Amino acid sequence: MSVPDGTEDLWRRLAPRVLGALTRRYGDFDAAEDAVQEALLAASKQWPEQGVPEDPGAWLIRVASRRLVDRIRSDRARERREVAAALLTPEPGAPGAADDDTLTLLLLCCHPALAEPARIALTLRAVGGLSTAQIARAFLVPEATMAQRISRAKQRIRDAGARFAPPAAAERDERMRTVLHVLYLIFNEGYTASAGAEVSSGELAGEAIRLTRAVRVLLPYDGEVAGLLALMLLTDARRPARTGPDGALVPLADQDRSRWDRRAIDEGVALVTDALSTAPLGPYQVQAAIAAVHAEAVTAADTDWPQILGLYTLLTRLAPNPVVTLNRAVAAAMVHGPSVGLALLDGLGDEPRMARHHRLPAVRAHLHEMAGDRDAALADYALAARLTTSIPEQRYLNARADRLRAGA
Amino acid sequence: MKYLLLIYSNAESWGHPIFLRTSQAREMTEDARSAMEAEFDALLTEIHDSGELVSVAALADPATARTVRAPDGAPVATDGPFGESKEQLAGVFVVDCATPERAEQIAGRFPDTRFGAVELRPIMGAGGQEM
Repeated sequence: MSVPDGTEDLWRRLAPRVLGALTRRYGDFDAAEDAVQEALLAASKQWPEQGVPEDPGAWLIRVASRRLVDRIRSDRARERREVAAALLTPEPGAPGAADDDTLTLLLLCCHPALAEPARIALTLRAVGGLSTAQIARAFLVPEATMAQRISRAKQRIRDAGARFAPPAAAERDERMRTVLHVLYLIFNEGYTASAGAEVSSGELAGEAIRLTRAVRVLLPYDGEVAGLLALMLLTDARRPARTGPDGALVPLADQDRSRWDRRAIDEGVALVTDALSTAPLGPYQVQAAIAAVHAEAVTAADTDWPQILGLYTLLTRLAPNPVVTLNRAVAAAMVHGPSVGLALLDGLGDEPRMARHHRLPAVRAHLHEMAGDRDAALADYALAARLTTSIPEQRYLNARADRLRAGA
Repeated sequence: MKYLLLIYSNAESWGHPIFLRTSQAREMTEDARSAMEAEFDALLTEIHDSGELVSVAALADPATARTVRAPDGAPVATDGPFGESKEQLAGVFVVDCATPERAEQIAGRFPDTRFGAVELRPIMGAGGQEM
């Protein structure tokens, strides 16, 4: 995936509006989505050479409509059906109610009938305007696998009888939460991948931020949209400092904070501050607030841990899950000492998901090390290193254990 | 999450699908064998169509394997596979699934699980979270 420069940015920004216009006119989301992809491809070839057309949106609609009509015609010819010529006359219209289309598309791509990987792939293609090849590269799968995932996703949407229309009010909030979760997953995939050599997946973080910004423009009063955007910006701000020159992960406490992206931090802090004071409270806002407290500490030692502990306690009430419990235990250890943190972890291993997860022993190891219990720390670092499926995390955990072994 | 599925089989003779070459499968009725093969085809179609199947490799007879060692620095190849157990590696699949539970579910549907075993190994990734 190349960084969207001016031109690529333009056609990808227009993609959801063009797709919305086509789907509304012809009804067939699956075929319209393919046609828009072809039009984007045509734009990627022609615009850089011949210049951007005067009305790029209308140009894309015209090209995509023609492709769609050609396809419907050839399908119909094959099926020996009559062509309803009047209906199929390409009608170059203007991209319509842009904003609603983008949102309707996002909600459609995150349909409950789809598994998470399918939602992510379809969102990146239909709303993000990325090609199947670009998405496949980002997720390190063959293009054919990704193409299959996308076409199955569209088929499932059709089978579920979903239409290109906003969901009923009763469903809307729940569906919107799913959209935000999918955007969060795309961000996470990109952010965590930036430790590796795979540059293309790293750019998914930028794509997630771009899409979340677009949602924020449409729903300026939604506190959770603002919270999610703030969380992404505040997390992404640390990216320049989160890996060392050799690609090794640098823990938050050891990061060179002068390398954090101040502009992103300022924007994130302003967003979350505004959301917290004007909108109903939600988990993304609280997570963003926690990231903001970290961002505002000049050094790791200046971190306002009592405030972070309070925010995690709040998050435990709003959206309890084992990862929040883990993070709250870390905060409690920083405020009240490691034994308090360790006590909070008791019983967490009984959660089936947590039992085989490396993060529980990783946190325990850090807290044991803080408490000066070298043997327990070594055992837990070793266990965490065995359980993780991330190469940089494993390297970090092994290095941490080696250092402890050598230093004591 | 990507997983490597390793198909281990104690087949009487080599061929694919390997589960039909086991002594147990040979004793089954033709209908039962066909049904098992159809189940396997359905599984492959399902994970192909869903975009979960990343890659697949059916392996040749272990008799054709060469194992290379270099205890003294100079590589020496010998005939035969590295593992000496009766269950031999017959093929590998890479799947990319939404959850570990789904990967286990896919593994459990290989007919080979009835006669040999399917080993499920997570594939490590380059992404990681700072701690």
